[in-house]
Amino acid sequence: MSFLNYLVSGLSLGSIYAIIALGYTMVYGIAKMLNFAHGDVIMIGSYVCFFAFTRYGLNPFISVILAMLVCTMLGIVIEKLAYKPLRAAPSLAVLITAIGVSYLLQNMALLLWSSNPKVFTPIVGKPGSNSFTIGGLTVSYVTLLTIVTCVVIMIVLTTFISRTKLGKAMRAVSEDKGAAQLMGIDVNTTISVTFAIGSGLAAVAGILLCSAYPNLTPTTGSMPGIKAFTAAVFGGIGSIPGAFLGGLLLGIIENLAKAYISTQISDAIVFGVLIIVLLVKPAGLLGKPMREKV
Amino acid sequence: MAAVLKVEDINVYYGSIHAIKGISFEVNEGEIVTLIGANGAGKSTTLNTIAGLLRSRTGSIEFHGEPLGKVAPHKIVERGLVMVPEGRRIFTQLTVEENLEMGAYSQPNATIKPSLEEVYALFPRLLERRNQIGGTLSGGEQQMLAMGRALMAKPKLIMLDEPSMGLAPILVDHIFDIIKSLHEGGATILLVEQNAQAALSVADRAYVLETGKVVMSGTGRELLTSDEIRKAYLGA
Repeated sequence: MSFLNYLVSGLSLGSIYAIIALGYTMVYGIAKMLNFAHGDVIMIGSYVCFFAFTRYGLNPFISVILAMLVCTMLGIVIEKLAYKPLRAAPSLAVLITAIGVSYLLQNMALLLWSSNPKVFTPIVGKPGSNSFTIGGLTVSYVTLLTIVTCVVIMIVLTTFISRTKLGKAMRAVSEDKGAAQLMGIDVNTTISVTFAIGSGLAAVAGILLCSAYPNLTPTTGSMPGIKAFTAAVFGGIGSIPGAFLGGLLLGIIENLAKAYISTQISDAIVFGVLIIVLLVKPAGLLGKPMREKV
Repeated sequence: MAAVLKVEDINVYYGSIHAIKGISFEVNEGEIVTLIGANGAGKSTTLNTIAGLLRSRTGSIEFHGEPLGKVAPHKIVERGLVMVPEGRRIFTQLTVEENLEMGAYSQPNATIKPSLEEVYALFPRLLERRNQIGGTLSGGEQQMLAMGRALMAKPKLIMLDEPSMGLAPILVDHIFDIIKSLHEGGATILLVEQNAQAALSVADRAYVLETGKVVMSGTGRELLTSDEIRKAYLGA
């Protein structure tokens, strides 16, 4: 395989990380919490899509929408039941709760669907020909779909945050909840919407992930979840462009490390790069340094 | 005159600290009422309680005859009771115009444009800086932005918490000129100030707070000429 091939597949993996990282970074920006259950929402979305598409043969588009709806609802419910009662609690309590929710979702999946891997059918591509060739470069349909989806999400989300009333309200809440309330902004609704968007995107990421790596188990979401969290920190947590940049870079670094250095230590290399970046830029690539309140 | 805001016997606690001890007062249609007092007298706590950010354990707060005791802060804004918080608290990452738009969050979209024009007419400086990020404004401009942002909500009563804080004297005068012109335009204002001289000279009526209690009240002029007040707050 050529360097270009590795780069494209790294870009595709990075796109998945980026879409997941958005969920972490948006929730962190607004609720100032790390939602460690986010990776498991990915897994639930993948199972929903697996049953709808692979098992019951529904239209792939409808299957994706269904998975997104389920995850959106799940995100809202998790926030209402687990995190909202802790709005005034120390952040450590919220963090532990998030880890608890993560295990709850994994074990629920284990009970419902067992630990036997399910073989996920990619949602695009024809049997026998899953890829096409352009100028000597072989690209799978899933790779193309992943990169295109990531770009579309990036454009839509950036426009939403910068242009719409609700998007601006989200930025206001992220900066100062008290002042936002004094503007007549319903802070709880804004936080719910943020969880809804993040979780809906998690479903998309899960489906793309399982289309590329078709082994679906109850722990499918954990590792990509942690890596996407790393990507969010790498890019600067709380920053939406940072999540994209961090995700894409992480995917590319991981893939190139696998190709040219070693498959076994590729993860160590990825996290090593993170450590170096954070030593030099503690707020991440595009993160803003924390401002002291005066 | 009809009381727009009626506060009766509120008691507010921060944990075990009894910050407001049975305060009662009212604000009538078209009045400027000021609460003056030293640091820690409970002025800001009173405003935050009216705005719904803090809750009173007793008594009642009525706005146009309806109780506010259990209404969420954002719903209070929808009813037309709007606060400009202490320290301005503008959104430093949003542009000036976006800050103003946030002020109109409770209003129908169609009213945003005319409201923006009104605010820009009142604060031409904000028009010049409309696309600038809020955090880059000077203190005086931030105060104008905070007041303009509150006016975007079309308030029936506007509460100003220490609008002169940290401003150069010339800017203090400017801010008080604006308060006066809002008053002439018929606005009802509840003003909290440490600058008692400035506050009393614009106020129709005033209440003096000391350690969570109302210790004195009267018209602005009465208090301005009262010996006790002059000694305690005006440095005479």
